[in-house]
Order: sequence, then C-alpha cells, then structure tokens
Amino acid sequence: MTTDKEVLIKVERLEKKFDDLEVLKGIDLEISKGDVIVIIGASGSGKSTFLRCLNLLEEPTGGKILFEGTDITDPKVDINLHRQKMGMVFQQFNLFPHMTVLQNMTLGPIKLLKKSKADAEAEAMKLLETVGLADRAEAYPSQLSGGQKQRVAIVRALCMNPDVLLFDEPTSALDPEMVGEVLDVMKKLAKDGMTMAVVTHEMGFAREVGTQVIFIDEGIIVEQNKPEEFFDNPQSPRLKDFLSKVL
Amino acid sequence: MEQFFKEFGESFYNNLIYEDRWLQLLEGLGLTLLIALFATLLGLFLGFLVAIIRSSYDMNIKGKNKKGFGVFIVKLLNVICNIYITVIRGTPVLIQVMIMYFIVFGEAQNGTLAAILSFGINSGAYVAEIVRSGIMSIDKGQFEASRSIGFNYKSTMILIILPQALKNVLPALGNEFIVLLKETSVAGYAATHELTYVGNLIRSRTYEAFFPLISVAVIYLVIVIILSWLLKLLERRLRNSDH
Repeated sequence: MTTDKEVLIKVERLEKKFDDLEVLKGIDLEISKGDVIVIIGASGSGKSTFLRCLNLLEEPTGGKILFEGTDITDPKVDINLHRQKMGMVFQQFNLFPHMTVLQNMTLGPIKLLKKSKADAEAEAMKLLETVGLADRAEAYPSQLSGGQKQRVAIVRALCMNPDVLLFDEPTSALDPEMVGEVLDVMKKLAKDGMTMAVVTHEMGFAREVGTQVIFIDEGIIVEQNKPEEFFDNPQSPRLKDFLSKVL
Repeated sequence: MEQFFKEFGESFYNNLIYEDRWLQLLEGLGLTLLIALFATLLGLFLGFLVAIIRSSYDMNIKGKNKKGFGVFIVKLLNVICNIYITVIRGTPVLIQVMIMYFIVFGEAQNGTLAAILSFGINSGAYVAEIVRSGIMSIDKGQFEASRSIGFNYKSTMILIILPQALKNVLPALGNEFIVLLKETSVAGYAATHELTYVGNLIRSRTYEAFFPLISVAVIYLVIVIILSWLLKLLERRLRNSDH
C-alpha cells in the first residue's frame, strides 16, 4: 500500500546525543503522504526527542532527514522555510498569551505567507468553526480550557497549510474529560488525509487512527507494524512487556 | 512666635524669591529632566542591545559546539557586553560622570552631554540585566512554538518574546528610571546646572540650608510620584491587554 504513495519524510540513521547521553541510536523511518504514524514508548525512550528532531527543534548529531526530497539537517538549508510546511502541536499548547486566538492563528500566515489580514482571518475563522471554537476567536489563551487551548494550537498549525503535522503528546497535559475533544479533532484530520506523526500514550487512538505504530525503546525502533498486528501480535519481548503495562 | 514667622518669611523670600531663585530651580529641574530623559533613551537602547546579545549567546551558543563566523561574532560581542556590565556595575556612577567629563570630554564645556552619555551608559548596564532576566523568564515553549511555525530567531524575539518579557520587567524598568532620575543629582560634578547643583548654589549664596535643600527634595519627590503614577497606568494598560 505505502509503496506507491509519495514519501514525505525519510529518516536515515538518525542519531542524537546530549553530551555523552545517546538518546537516539540510529533511527530509520519513512513517512508517506496520508500516513498517521503513532509513536509510543516509555518515558525516556527517546520518542519525543525523535519527533522534535523531525523539524530540528532538536538538532540531530548524526544521520539525515529528507523532507520532500531536501536534507534538512544540511546547515545550508533554510530550516525556517521547511518548518512552515511542518506544523507542530505541543504537550503544553504553547499558545502566545499576549495575543487573541485569532491573532495566534493569523500571525504566521500574515507575516510568513504574506497573506492579507482579511484573508488570513477568514481562513482562521473557517478552521475555528471546524473545531467548534468560532465564538472564542477574540478570547485570550488564559480564558480557554486546556482542551480548547489544544484545539486552537492544532488549528494554529493548520493555518500554515502544512504538509505534515507533528504532535508531541498532545493530550498528556489535559484533564481526562478534555482528552476526547482533542482526539476527535485529530481523528477528523486523519480522516481528511492529513499526514501526521503522533507521540502519544493513547493506545485507543493508536489502534483506531494509526496507519503505522512504532515502538521506540532505548533510542531505536524496536517494532513497527500496522496497528492490529502491533497490538494483537507483538513480536519483541520489550513491546510485550510495555503493552502489558499500559493496556 | 511672631519673630519665628517673620524669620521664616524672610528666609523664604531670600532663598526662593530674591533674584528669581525659584526660576533658577525650575531651570535646574528642566536640565535634570532633559538629562534623565535622554539618558533613559540611551540606556534603553544599550540595555536592549546588550540583553539581546547576551541572551542570544546563552540560548544558541553557550555549551554547544558551534562554529562559524557568525558564532565568533556573537561570542566576541558577548565578551564585550560582559566587560561593559562588569565595569559599569563595579564603579560608582559619580566616578563615571567625572571620567566622562574630565577625561573623555577633556572639560570641553559640554557637561550636559557628558552627563547624558555617562548616565545613559550607566543605566544601559542595569537595563540590560533587567531585560535579560525578562527574556529568560519566558517559557522555552514560546520559542519553540514560534520557531515551529517557521519564524526565524529575530522575528521570534520581536513578535513573541520581547512583548511578553517587557511586560514582565516593566516594574523593574520603572524602578530603574526613578533611580536614574535621582542619580542625575551628581551631574553637577560635570559643571551641569541641574536641580541639585542649583539648590546647593543658592545655599552657598544665602548661607541657609533649609529652604534650598528642602525645596530640591520636594521637587524630586513630586516628579518621582508623577513618574510612578504614569508607570502604574502603563502597567495596568499592558495587563489589560491579555488578562
């Protein structure tokens, strides 16, 4: 299935060291258009570091990341241009507190994509409607609940019209009753064909939405499979052990 | 009692009315405000510059094994900034004023300019540390969110970090301006006829200390109270903008 799809991100022998601590020890992965790659693993396994390497928030210390054919680890590449095409959603939302919801969403499109304020705002309002927050456009982040903040963070990333969205534990900082509303938005995105890489502890989401599930442990990909196989028929002892603890 | 009031009235007349001495005090106040205003502007400019250089170094280069010409320049600027802050904070402002006037300017008759420059340079070192603490107080996630949208370091600073940092440090900055205004009272050493100098001059003419010095103190106090009130208004306005 994936063979005839356009490869969006190709990771080759990716390594990351913090001083002497080897966090990623050579990761290979292909993400094709429309894929929803769910990355799971214990805390400290390197899964978040891996995701943050994809848009160079962490600078890899070895290997390559080809994004739409360009090796973005090459220092000569203008990473800012490529980041515009790689949206990111954070565990702590990271909305800009000094701006309204609408300003948060339109800042990038106006300043970077050179859209007119009217166009950017019209697009932002449309997106806000899809997540049911059109009435909060003029609110400041501190006036929103956690779930609302994260939905805004997702549509803020979408405003840049990215080719891929990276989610770094998007529901981990939420109260339990708010997890659902955020996952629903993500499910809808996946259904609409958005390419996504998601680090999460939500096994239900991984099984339901993921096209591939990856288990990272001690800096390497230990197991990678389609969700059903992955959860119902895990191969490696480490994954079996991990699943027995979280499921 | 009657005698007391008579002497008091005479003293008031001699020290403040005679030879238009109140006007001299007002002129002194004008010069004080002029020095404080331009020194503040210079201090803000230098302070922001130094703060941005120092925090850029801290965030992007310190402890990382980066090479290249740009990295070398930032490292060099960072060293210069550190020396600047160390020297300015390590020496009394009065000495700085006198060095500026007697050595740098060579007594070139422009005490006001010498005062503006030395107070501006002095204030810059303190503003730099205040602003830097403000920049460092902003959550790292704000940086990452902005960079992940595709903003470069400079835009991230201008659009996301500095507006938040400035709001956090406004009380400290306001305090710095008030300190600066009062510190200009030593500008008389650079032959500048600012408020304190004029007050002292009147004292030396009338041989009476009470009215000249108390008047000067009251004028400073009123100016500082007005300044504090304006800063409070500004703070409130900024706070209202984001709840």
